[in-house]
Amino acid sequence: MDQAHVDRILQNPKFKEMVARKSRLSWTLTAIMLFVYVGFMLLVGYNKEFLLQSLSGGVTTIGIPLGLGIIVLSFVLCGVYSYIANNKLDSLNNEAIREVEAIAKEKGPNA
Amino acid sequence: MIKSKIFAAATMLLTSGLAFAGPDLGAAEQQPTNWPAIIMFMIFVGGTLFITKWAAKQTTSTNDFYTAGGGISGFQNGLAIAGDYMSAASFLGISAMVFMSGFDGLLYSLGFMVGWPIVLFLVAERLRNLGKFNLSDVVSFRLQEKPVRTLAAVSSLVVVAFYLIAQMVGAGQLIKLLFGLNYNLAVVIVGLLMMAYVMFGGMLATTWVQIIKAVMLLSGATFMAFMVMKGVGFSFTNMFEQSIQVFSKVHDLNLTDAAKIMGPGSLASNPIDAISLGLALMFGTAGLPHILMRFFTVKDAKEARKSVVVATGFIGYFYLLTFIIGFGAILYVSNNPQFLDVAKMAVTGKLELVGGNNMAAVHLSDAVGGDLFMGFISAVAFATILAVVAGLTLSGASAISHDLYANVFKKGQTTPESELRMSKIATLGLAIFAMVLGIIFEKQNVAFMVGLAFSVAACANFPVLVLSMFWKGLTTRGAVMGGVVGLVLAVLLIILSKAVWVDTLGISDTPVNPYNGPALFAMPLAFFCCWLFSVTDNSAQAQEERRAFDAQFVRSQTGIGISGASDH
Repeated sequence: MDQAHVDRILQNPKFKEMVARKSRLSWTLTAIMLFVYVGFMLLVGYNKEFLLQSLSGGVTTIGIPLGLGIIVLSFVLCGVYSYIANNKLDSLNNEAIREVEAIAKEKGPNA
Repeated sequence: MIKSKIFAAATMLLTSGLAFAGPDLGAAEQQPTNWPAIIMFMIFVGGTLFITKWAAKQTTSTNDFYTAGGGISGFQNGLAIAGDYMSAASFLGISAMVFMSGFDGLLYSLGFMVGWPIVLFLVAERLRNLGKFNLSDVVSFRLQEKPVRTLAAVSSLVVVAFYLIAQMVGAGQLIKLLFGLNYNLAVVIVGLLMMAYVMFGGMLATTWVQIIKAVMLLSGATFMAFMVMKGVGFSFTNMFEQSIQVFSKVHDLNLTDAAKIMGPGSLASNPIDAISLGLALMFGTAGLPHILMRFFTVKDAKEARKSVVVATGFIGYFYLLTFIIGFGAILYVSNNPQFLDVAKMAVTGKLELVGGNNMAAVHLSDAVGGDLFMGFISAVAFATILAVVAGLTLSGASAISHDLYANVFKKGQTTPESELRMSKIATLGLAIFAMVLGIIFEKQNVAFMVGLAFSVAACANFPVLVLSMFWKGLTTRGAVMGGVVGLVLAVLLIILSKAVWVDTLGISDTPVNPYNGPALFAMPLAFFCCWLFSVTDNSAQAQEERRAFDAQFVRSQTGIGISGASDH
């Protein structure tokens, strides 16, 4: 892949859109995961009483569904990422590559 | 009362007899030979060696050896990743922790779980698009081959070595306990089997060992959790209520104190340690060389993505099961005299299980499924260790032969045949290294070593890997300085902490470093050093490296020019 080819891909609007959307998606989901997990660990460290509160009167505490919920959330976030990447971003990426390749062919292999 | 006294005396007789028969092994006493377990394990070994023989025929090139020719499907790879990651320590250790303190066990599984989304969002696809065999390929993509690849190989080897020693010692103890085999013999058996899988069958055999183990472990754990839930009428509330009652009885606590197992306890007594551990587990996962290596076994970034989703699903499901299994052990193991070490309880005044409290899950398998099922679970635990050490060895071998030998020492001027030969020699060397150190460290507390492996992965591998893929400004100088600082500081802080300085080395009674986990300090500093030594680097070479980022970026996004896709 030569520099001209790289520049063409970098300037392709569809590629740009794909990159922008993918990085927004990755960093948003990373931030959610970090926020939830670090927040939970801070509660564990500094506010045990909150987690020990009873959930609806029984022996089950708030901490149990929260903790198990983070395990489930990890998987759900992976599913969300994968769904969007498979259905929206991959096709955008392929279109961008096809467009760039079509231009490269028109101009000849050494363009 | 009299009956329990007789039982205590008999147990004491038995254990002292064993102490004469072999070295006294502290936490794990040798148990009577367990034939159902050994027979089931033999079936597993026979099956996997047969697969290894088949895999050996297909493994003719370095590409086959390291990546199984890139021909593993996303789903298969997801299962294999789960098999690589769910170690015996997490199966027995986390369920034992739930058994002893309830909620705290859940905190550990959370840490091991939350790293996976990070792997998916930031690492997996780019890694697959940029590399060929391992993470060193990715970090040295546009940076100077020699220093950066050497650094990545060395820190990968450090992670692999500590992880491997911890697994070998754990294997020896566990097998002595489960099968009634001698410790040294157990370590040698594990070493020889892992050598056979990796040396002859390469990545293909390793992958199938991991897949089979994952299926066995998940089905065994599912059955146990099902039986526990059936016993409490499939109601979590019932399970918690009954567990608290049993817990208060067997631990001599009043109900209010027993109910505290439903919330955080002593594990997080120091918040700084809790956060540090959390960071190490979260970002360490994204820097573990043997895990990252698995992404090169699939054909493209899309399959790599699918692998993580599948793996995360299975791993998360597994941790939910261990939580139920831990509570099940409170219900069915802690109040059953058959599983209690009465002699030891008389000395310590605490609840003690036969063979140590890490045996909670194994005793539960006996309680809910009988002898034969317990044999199955014991065989699964052995298989689990084999699958993990095989993956570790393969990744260590790639650091030695692909990085240090072929690309650094021979500067890429080598034939695939000689690199393949070298990787087999490296496998042999690593197996001997693991067996010898496994035997030397027999009586040491090696629990800190897994923590150390994760910390080094988080502090040395992760910052360099992420910045090399995301930040245009990273230069060779920055990567090397950041990586070295992360590696050295992580190792140093752990040596100076209580676990090593006081408990293992016994140098003094007070640790030099009061904190147990280094990640909170070493990881940000590694990032900072990468940044500082990059932005101040104005050499011509640094300019060239920044310019090369664009091409790397396009490839990391699109996979144009990707190598290693199945046989081409």
